[in-house]
Amino acid sequence: MALEQAGVPTVAVHTDPFARLSRATALANGMPTARQAFVPQPLVGRTPEQLRAYIEGTDPVSKRPFMQELIEGLSRPLDEKDLKGVSFERSTPRLLAPDTEEKLQQLFIDNKWTDFLPVTLPTEERVANMLKGTSHKPDEVIGRLAPTAFRESWAFTVEKVAVNAVMAGCKPQYFPVVLALAASGQTARSSSTTSFATLALVNGPIRNEIGMDSGIGVLGPFNHANATIGRAYNLLSQNLQGGSVPGDTYMGSLGNWYNYSAAFPEAEERSPWLPFHVEKGFKREESVVSVFFGGRYTIAGFGPRETWELEFKRAFAACEQHLAPLLVMDPIVARGFVDRGFDSRQKLAAWFSEHCRLSAREYWDNQWVQTLLRPLAEAGVEPHASKLKARPDEMVRLFQPGDISIAVAGGETQGAWRMFGGRYVKSVSIDKWR
Amino acid sequence: MSEQMVVHDPRGFPPKVTGKRLAPRLQSLDGKVVYLVDCLFDNSEVFMNQLLDWFGEHLPSVDARIIKPRQSWVDDPAMRARVQADGNAAILGVGL
Repeated sequence: MALEQAGVPTVAVHTDPFARLSRATALANGMPTARQAFVPQPLVGRTPEQLRAYIEGTDPVSKRPFMQELIEGLSRPLDEKDLKGVSFERSTPRLLAPDTEEKLQQLFIDNKWTDFLPVTLPTEERVANMLKGTSHKPDEVIGRLAPTAFRESWAFTVEKVAVNAVMAGCKPQYFPVVLALAASGQTARSSSTTSFATLALVNGPIRNEIGMDSGIGVLGPFNHANATIGRAYNLLSQNLQGGSVPGDTYMGSLGNWYNYSAAFPEAEERSPWLPFHVEKGFKREESVVSVFFGGRYTIAGFGPRETWELEFKRAFAACEQHLAPLLVMDPIVARGFVDRGFDSRQKLAAWFSEHCRLSAREYWDNQWVQTLLRPLAEAGVEPHASKLKARPDEMVRLFQPGDISIAVAGGETQGAWRMFGGRYVKSVSIDKWR
Repeated sequence: MSEQMVVHDPRGFPPKVTGKRLAPRLQSLDGKVVYLVDCLFDNSEVFMNQLLDWFGEHLPSVDARIIKPRQSWVDDPAMRARVQADGNAAILGVGL
């Protein structure tokens, strides 16, 4: 669209499942008649001959020859709509029209404002009560969220966050954590085809103040605060960013169970290492939430036992190469690593980085490595450029030490660890939102 | 009759949409430079090469050229400047 505005006629080519999304995006950019053409899905894995057939075939959306769409898109004279574009104001009301509880519940479901589990309806009284959990004013605009970097971002206030926190079932004392997550600017509901989720780690005194549990079942539905804070993060992400509707504002092919709820506290008192937030530069007495983008893969194991090195080499080799992991270890596992000389999580991350490798052939034969990292490698950006120069059978480093995040949580009923796709994004002060 | 309730709308605030006009179209592609912008999605390079070949075989009067941004999903002002300076039109793809 920047090229169109600069006077260069353009046609954008998409695969057909993206027709609704690409047209909605054009409308939101004030250019609803932006010329577009479509080819069938998939593009990935198709041979040159198959892609030539797409080019010489029919646009699956318009049902006209694809090349005719392209050529006419560049040469068909503009009409009045093309010249004008579309300007309009949009708004969302503060309150909905009065109705019965049953009909309002149905309205929320029909409008896809829920996660299809029952929600607490956000009455004025309940929202006012939630707002008692912070000193911030209800009308304070605290951030913007968008489902992807290239989509429009929607603004929201403290009150709008409270509405979603009520829907998720949060108590007012949890509200500063929810506000910090909202203010992070990181959506928990990416619209990417890759079906990402965002995982949230809570550190500091607020964990105990609000009754979060870092013990048995920490990553499951066994604690009110853990569960509802994670749920609120997802509900507010979908509602405050303008929706998370399949085919329109959500394109994840498989979806992700971690989009229901994925928040947990670190077991600071039982961890042999410094708390995660302290290693990010915060004071131990500060309350902080850290967010990790990914949630795409999950790998699990036990240990460390005699063959732990082989186990972790295999586990890291199974990670998506473009998405660094968040490793959550039961305190038993963390202490086991201390016994093996890893007296800080940085040392352990450095070991993983040095020893967990993949052949260059496998490393580069990945859709997102090709899409995201290969252009950087070709531009000479390290460490990608060196990996691209490696022989096919050369073992290349998967992740840099700083890419690998480690948290300690769990009930010590087993020496279990779990590794999630979880690229560290940022740590946000919760105390600021009290 | 069930009791009526008043509840909040849970949605955020969308930005204002400002209309933008399309660029003037070309009367003909003959003799014009058409940049094929490879957006770097996996296999889009192969698609663009096929498109380049198609122009060479069917519309040889069009000067079709492939160009790539520095990174996928990141705006590349230098690439855009080159398309603006040298090009008469652009085909972008392939978006998933």
